[in-house]
Amino acid sequence: MTEPDWQPTATPAMLERRGAFMAAIRGFMTARGVLEVDTPVLSRAAPSERGLASFAVDDAGYLAPSPEHALKRLLAVGAGPIYQLGHVFRSGEAGRWHNPEFCMLEWYRPQADVATLIEETSELIARVAGAPRAQRRRYRDVFTQHAGIDPIGATPTALAACAQSHGVAPHEPPADASRAFWLDLIMSLVVQPQLGHEGPVCIREFPADGAVLVETDPVDSRLAQRFECYWRGVELANGAQELVDADVARERMQGEIQAQQNAGQRPPPIDEALLAAMSAGLPRCAGVALGVDRLLALMLHCDSLSQVLAFDWARR
Amino acid sequence: MATFNTNQFKGGLKIILDGDPYAIVENEFVKPGKGQAFNRVKVRNLRNNRVIERTFKAGDTVEAADVLDIDVQYLYHDGEFWHFMEPNTFEQYQASEAAVGDADKWLKAQDTCHVTLWNGTPLQIDPPNFVTLAVSETDPGVRGDTSGGGAKPATLETGAVVRVPLFIEEGEVLKVDTRKGEYVSRANEG
Repeated sequence: MTEPDWQPTATPAMLERRGAFMAAIRGFMTARGVLEVDTPVLSRAAPSERGLASFAVDDAGYLAPSPEHALKRLLAVGAGPIYQLGHVFRSGEAGRWHNPEFCMLEWYRPQADVATLIEETSELIARVAGAPRAQRRRYRDVFTQHAGIDPIGATPTALAACAQSHGVAPHEPPADASRAFWLDLIMSLVVQPQLGHEGPVCIREFPADGAVLVETDPVDSRLAQRFECYWRGVELANGAQELVDADVARERMQGEIQAQQNAGQRPPPIDEALLAAMSAGLPRCAGVALGVDRLLALMLHCDSLSQVLAFDWARR
Repeated sequence: MATFNTNQFKGGLKIILDGDPYAIVENEFVKPGKGQAFNRVKVRNLRNNRVIERTFKAGDTVEAADVLDIDVQYLYHDGEFWHFMEPNTFEQYQASEAAVGDADKWLKAQDTCHVTLWNGTPLQIDPPNFVTLAVSETDPGVRGDTSGGGAKPATLETGAVVRVPLFIEEGEVLKVDTRKGEYVSRANEG
């Protein structure tokens, strides 16, 4: 058996930068009146979302892919602005900008608008990473500009043709490829690589397709009140006006479970604790989840995540 | 039929796409935080060496290519095929012109070459990085003649033509770098 590679993937100098970076994030949140909380990493339940695969832990539950559910349960009992800075786990996500275990900063403000969180996210990135203030764009506009098609209302067939014309269509697309499938594909491979090269950019008004725990736009139900931030083509953060209606949440989560079952997967059971908290009363709130390792890596012009991780997945 | 899942993709992996054998050159995992994951790969066609890009939905499977890279000894050319032998198993392989290509001008009997086999048939022959070949024809160099930049053409026993220093004479054995097609030194020197 060959000896395992025991050495770290981050240099000592990098670990010093990382430590200072963590302190800067905490300093920013404290100055803004956001309380640090730490909720269980090991949760009884897992989110019901097609795009999130959680590691199951024998007899104990699941490693949380995000602290969202626990933080919302705190908000439901009247917690004020709160944040969690810690590790989350996503099964099957490994690559240059993906490590199945990574560090997430996630925070929520009761009674806030998503616009407030967009501003605060932009401020955070500028302050702790020395980046310029984020540009603001709408999903519909950047998609149309870079992919040549209006994503809102486009049919799966039209989106498939668009993907084909950009040379990114898979050779054998799934027979049931939905709007969400084509939008993800074109956004990730055509539009996103062009975003954020002059500084971070926040893209708001994402399509409602697949936005499970997010409020729909009150004026145009094809849009969700969701935004993402990008820097040099890499996704940094995802935020939203959070869905508060428990019945709508249950319906959407059941739809996700059904879709996963149809695809031959065995999704975890629905998180009844979150739904109970939402029934008891989740206040109107907005929240953001930001990839801390990615922000550090982009700030330091690294070309992969492993350079900022003490031990990347291969060396865990 | 052996298959690979996209989560096994890495550089060097041999797969079948559209009936042809390909080697993965680069594999990029792409996934939006809230969406579907994809693999964007650069692959090289092992028959024509062309590199193309392909997208796969993460979790898709592809057929594994029965591609093997081994060292063989060059035996002879029968006018149509070039014949090679694996020195340990004595298994013989015949390679077509398409597989041999440019390597032809460097092949000397007994030399060890690298062959890429697909389903047991030679797909590509690579000559050794360095070969020793005798000069079969060259003009005598005139000392002090710098009109050719201090070098002159020489034809080697295999038919390859390389530029050599003026002092090299017919019959001398040279060491040649096959990747650059350049004279390195006389065969007995460093």
